[in-house]
Amino acid sequence: MSTKASRSAAKVMISPAVLLLLGWMLVPLCLTLYFSFLRYNLLQIGDTPFAGWENYYWFITDPSFKAAIKNTLVLVGGVLAITTVGGLFAAILLDRPMFGTGIIRIMVIAPFFVMPTVSALVWKNMFMNPVNGIFGRVATSLGFQPVDFFGQIPMASIIMIVSWTWLPFATLILLTALQSLDQEQLEAAEMDGAGWWNRFWFIMLPHLARAITVVILIQTIFLLSIFAEILVTTNGGPGTATTNLTYLIYVSSLLQFDVGMGSAGGVIAIILANIVAIFLMRMIGRNLDA
Amino acid sequence: MGRIQLKRVQKKFGDVEVIPPLDLEIEDGEFVVFVGPSGCGKSTLLRLIAGLEDTTSGTIEIDGSDATATPPAKRGLAMVFQSYALYPHMSVRRNIAFPMRMAKMSREEQDRRIEAAARSLNLTEYLDRRPGQLSGGQRQRVAIGRAIVREPAAFLFDEPLSNLDAALRVGMRMEISELHRKLDTTMIYVTHDQVEAMTMADKIVVLHAGVIEQVGSPLELYRHPRNLFVAGFIGSPKMNFIEGDEAAGHGAHAIGIRPEHVDVSTTEGPWRGTVGVAEHLGSDTFIHIHGIPGCDPFTVRAPGDVAVSHGDAVFLTPSAPHIHRFDAKGLRIA
Repeated sequence: MSTKASRSAAKVMISPAVLLLLGWMLVPLCLTLYFSFLRYNLLQIGDTPFAGWENYYWFITDPSFKAAIKNTLVLVGGVLAITTVGGLFAAILLDRPMFGTGIIRIMVIAPFFVMPTVSALVWKNMFMNPVNGIFGRVATSLGFQPVDFFGQIPMASIIMIVSWTWLPFATLILLTALQSLDQEQLEAAEMDGAGWWNRFWFIMLPHLARAITVVILIQTIFLLSIFAEILVTTNGGPGTATTNLTYLIYVSSLLQFDVGMGSAGGVIAIILANIVAIFLMRMIGRNLDA
Repeated sequence: MGRIQLKRVQKKFGDVEVIPPLDLEIEDGEFVVFVGPSGCGKSTLLRLIAGLEDTTSGTIEIDGSDATATPPAKRGLAMVFQSYALYPHMSVRRNIAFPMRMAKMSREEQDRRIEAAARSLNLTEYLDRRPGQLSGGQRQRVAIGRAIVREPAAFLFDEPLSNLDAALRVGMRMEISELHRKLDTTMIYVTHDQVEAMTMADKIVVLHAGVIEQVGSPLELYRHPRNLFVAGFIGSPKMNFIEGDEAAGHGAHAIGIRPEHVDVSTTEGPWRGTVGVAEHLGSDTFIHIHGIPGCDPFTVRAPGDVAVSHGDAVFLTPSAPHIHRFDAKGLRIA
């Protein structure tokens, strides 16, 4: 890959794939942009006149938009907090030598391979159902009023389900990072008089900073677009209590058949996601080049 | 104060006995070197003293009080690791300050000690750099600095020079020796390199398979090795061992003769052989000689200007007072 000829050959060889991917990305993006400026409702057959910024105006001023933004942030923030802190904790526990390490590690990673719809349904019907779910049964048998998870604490319930899926991911990444920590550094710190907490705070945590950054960045990207868990459990309700931005776009375009409005929401979501991305990169990206 | 006593200290990993019960006394201010081939348990012994490993049985006393169950931080010992074990995300200053910070020492005292250590180790201009931006020798000095500022009862060095190149190693060897003269603190130094042991130690402890083979000053070990192992391990090039009739003639099972205690001649001498490889180092010539009964090749250290080459016939004359005699068990015959 060093001669001029081989470099230009590489460019030629790679170009079909690049062009295909570019088209794949650009065509839907441009179509979404185009639709977002049209009055385009599937229930009104006929022409689709140009609507200017009208779709954007109505989407943003819709009271559920504000709720959706708030819900999106709460969902992402909640899951991130639980998975990073919990993942750190789990990784430290799993790093210790113990009986059956291999099997335990496979079991820990297992939830990540369960698809979102399935895991949400399992949680909804087998754990969180107030009558038949395990939590309900336990509460009833102890004489407590069972909690109606999706009625009383819908957002917390969804955060719980999503965290269950993503905890293994955080654990795995942090565990690998932890295992790459030089044991002599920990021993040196021990000799230097650092107790467990100080070793964690001054040696382990800085070592893990990069891995934590990766966990947060990757999870944020995926968590902004959580959809399946909401669809199969609460349908965005009660009211708009669990409607996030993705779900709101789904509601406008596929439940209200308003393609124009849905597209406007999509464009807003793209912009917001990019703002979050820039913000995150600025805030923690410096950990990546150190 | 750094008087360390090991009494019947034993270490097992599972069923494997790495260190059979051993006794050892280290006096205050001594520079003690643990030397032995890799896997002889010298690092384990150091880690037992440091408290990074638990003893299976026996007691470790530091300054007369039992420290066997004392956690490493409370033993008042500082350790320099083979990999230096610097904290990569902290500047040199914060690395050196770390043990004092853990001890909650006042800011002024910390700064004073950092300045002093940096000055004596030539690190002043590097204090704000990260370990990753330093060379091997500088990292080594930072690790030593981190140990010095604690003003420990004893320093423990675990093969500290093995990651440095040869020239730097000689320099650091001198610096550590000078540091010892200056601080007058007990130092325990682990190495597999007998040259380091010979040049730095007040007292050498030769270890083999967890057992102490001999304890003594460098020259004592060189002149009066207690057994075949020590005789072969101390000294470079290795001592030549001759078994069979020649040894029986001296009333021993085996005799040992160092390469520097043999005269080479092209005309006369009791032993006759042919030159295999001659290594000309300039100051010395190491000649490997074949054909000496009971020892092949026989190494001789000759002056640098000796003119022999491959295939030449040579005659050897051992220096009688320098012949070491060993019995069938490998022990020295006085």
